[in-house]
Amino acid sequence: MKKQTRIEIWVGAFVLMSLMALSYLAFQVSNFSGFKDRPTYEVSALFDNIGGLKTRAPLKLSGVVIGRITAIEIDPVSFKARVHMQIDQAFNELPVDSSVSILTSGLLGDQYVGLDPGGDEEVLAQGDEIEMTQSAMVLEELIGQFLVKFSESD
Amino acid sequence: MNALVTGLQGIMQTVGRGFLEKIAAFGQGSLFIFSLLLTLPSALLRVDLLLKQIYVAGVQSLPIILMAGLFVGMVLSLQGYNILVEFNAEEAVGSMTALSLLRELGPVVGALLFAGRAGSALTAEIGLMRSTEQISALEMMAVDPLKFVYAPRFLAVVIALPLLVLIFNALGVFGGYLVSVSWLGVDDGAFWSQMSSQVDWSEDVMNGVIKSVAFGLLIAIVALFQGVNAIPSSEGVSNATTRTVVHSSLGILGLDFILTSIMFN
Repeated sequence: MKKQTRIEIWVGAFVLMSLMALSYLAFQVSNFSGFKDRPTYEVSALFDNIGGLKTRAPLKLSGVVIGRITAIEIDPVSFKARVHMQIDQAFNELPVDSSVSILTSGLLGDQYVGLDPGGDEEVLAQGDEIEMTQSAMVLEELIGQFLVKFSESD
Repeated sequence: MNALVTGLQGIMQTVGRGFLEKIAAFGQGSLFIFSLLLTLPSALLRVDLLLKQIYVAGVQSLPIILMAGLFVGMVLSLQGYNILVEFNAEEAVGSMTALSLLRELGPVVGALLFAGRAGSALTAEIGLMRSTEQISALEMMAVDPLKFVYAPRFLAVVIALPLLVLIFNALGVFGGYLVSVSWLGVDDGAFWSQMSSQVDWSEDVMNGVIKSVAFGLLIAIVALFQGVNAIPSSEGVSNATTRTVVHSSLGILGLDFILTSIMFN
């Protein structure tokens, strides 16, 4: 075989190998498929306390991921935390009186937003605000309440 | 009194000359790199030369990258498992291995190995070509060594390193899988699902690739510059080779800190 041909075959194999590695990293290791190409709509909600919620945390309905948190900011009027979330367009029939709460997966797991559907005929659309929210449970506050109860009962 | 003044003048002269020489060397280096960058498009036209250099720099570095990737992944997950198992969180070993590989260890260790394996060879080759006057011979035949010798090697290094780092990362994750799932008995499903929920495509995978491109540029510039400026003797070439490895390794570690503080802040 000619030397140049051999080099070309080897370089081809090398490039193919790295492309295979890239697709392995994309589809097996990272969340590449995610919600990137699917159409989404954005809604927001005001929370008193978001605890340790971070952007990119999942939004779950009955435990199934239907969207992601895209941004967290302070509302300049109410000084509450405004959480923006993008919901997959496939779930576009959520009632407008649904409520969201910040939950924790497991005792020490990551925090996520859980959505409880309401019963209204009207559905959530782009730019809507979810009125009913429940803040994150902050462990320190729970312990504080427990201590107060504990000292009262003495 | 006079002796003191002359002594001071002497010291100042030494410092001043050293400073001016450094500036001149810096200017020379920048000019060389600038003219090299100008010839890069024409180097793309000579595909055969480029392929030969990708073969030398990339394909021949594969064995060391494959072995290193596998073992780094294996040892990472073994250490991670030993710590995480105390908190009953051994499922997180997958995401820990993948994140540390993709963000830091893959690009950095890959680039360090590559600097030792391919960067040093590049400096030695060019230094010897100069000391045996092959470069002058090319110039005599009106062949531009920038286009014919330097540019293909520069491009090959910059192209080969990111590809090698991708392979390194994939094998490292596979090594982590072997150790934690097949050997230590971490749950298969939890291993992958934790990993893919923690690892982000653009933030982790692509930033690692960007890092490796930056390291490739650094290694290519250092190796070529040292090769071209090597004193044309056996001692000079060996010194230049050593300097390539030392400078590019330190450069990689420093640049990595800067890139990390920009990317993951």
